[in-house]
Amino acid sequence: MAKEFWRWKEYNWHDTNKDWKKGKIVTAGIDVGSVSSKTAIMVDGELYAFSLMRTGSDSPESARKTLEWAMEGTGLALNNIQYVVGTGYGRVNIPFAKKAITEIACHARGANYIWGTSVRTVLDMGGQDCKAIKCDDKGKVTAFLMNDKCAAGTGRGMEVFADLLSVPIEEMGELSLSVEKEPEPVSSTCVVFAKSEALGLLRQGWTKENVLAAYCSAMAHRVFTLLDKVGVEKDFVITGGISKNVGVVKRLIGQLKINALPNPPQYDPQLAGAMGAALFAKALVEKGGK
Amino acid sequence: MLANYGYEDGSGAYFITIDTDKCNGCGDCVTACPVKVLLTATDESDPFRELPVAMVSDEHRKKIKYSCASCKPISGRKELPCRVACKLQAIIHSW
Repeated sequence: MAKEFWRWKEYNWHDTNKDWKKGKIVTAGIDVGSVSSKTAIMVDGELYAFSLMRTGSDSPESARKTLEWAMEGTGLALNNIQYVVGTGYGRVNIPFAKKAITEIACHARGANYIWGTSVRTVLDMGGQDCKAIKCDDKGKVTAFLMNDKCAAGTGRGMEVFADLLSVPIEEMGELSLSVEKEPEPVSSTCVVFAKSEALGLLRQGWTKENVLAAYCSAMAHRVFTLLDKVGVEKDFVITGGISKNVGVVKRLIGQLKINALPNPPQYDPQLAGAMGAALFAKALVEKGGK
Repeated sequence: MLANYGYEDGSGAYFITIDTDKCNGCGDCVTACPVKVLLTATDESDPFRELPVAMVSDEHRKKIKYSCASCKPISGRKELPCRVACKLQAIIHSW
């Protein structure tokens, strides 16, 4: 079988130094995205366990799998979790979630937890859409703008390019930065058109690096216009899978002229939505748990 | 919260913005809209809000360029019915 260059790392983790039985409030946030499904389990508002995996065609099933994988080895069972909040594309279809909250609210809340209260602008670059979110010091959303009409500038597009160019998806960002001279961006960010344009460039003799650079910079420009509409304020952070692609991030920062806060080593920015959901779950338990 | 619904494509920007801090969920805009672009529901982006809030329906969100065409200035209409109906001035359009 051909190598699957788009395949990113699925993994789970739990804090072996902590015992959830000693905590008062155990909550979970499940983010069923278009491409990846994430679960974050929190004990008294601190991250205790998580998992990150691909979303299947069935969202209740994906939600169940990611939750089970996050609980693996912890001794936790679903009935030990007091409140589950669902978020992401598949949020309305998670049978054991008591409440559905949009990923917009959850990413803002999660970013507030990961990077701190100084965060004012969050860019969520997801699998199939991008969202520009503004929030206050409590992580409450003050404005948002979403592009979910097409997959331009998203993780799915990157996956398609990984396969087209036979470059493992984790290496794409670095590789795109290795060009000597920055090429013109591809003229279309539409995944389908960009793919055929890129193929044309390859046939003309462009290197992989150059094609990648041209695509990353088109993608950066696309989200730049989205951000520009809501207005970027410091501190600025990027969540979602594409936040790990330096090729896009560096080019975006170059256009914005505002730096993004670096990703803290202990948290995966792709989990921001699930973490936000788990934090909302905790707040809802404290409010009476309806 | 300024909730922006809509999109931008090669032909222009099409956004309806609801200022959820002003909106009280009364639903006057819902009945005023001739094509039922708007609805009121629980605000899933603000889990602690108790009042319903106006939003653009999923059905129309990705095609408001067409859904709202009959209310655009070029179609000869002076005031947008949803904006006139909203006493709290919570609705903003990009056109």
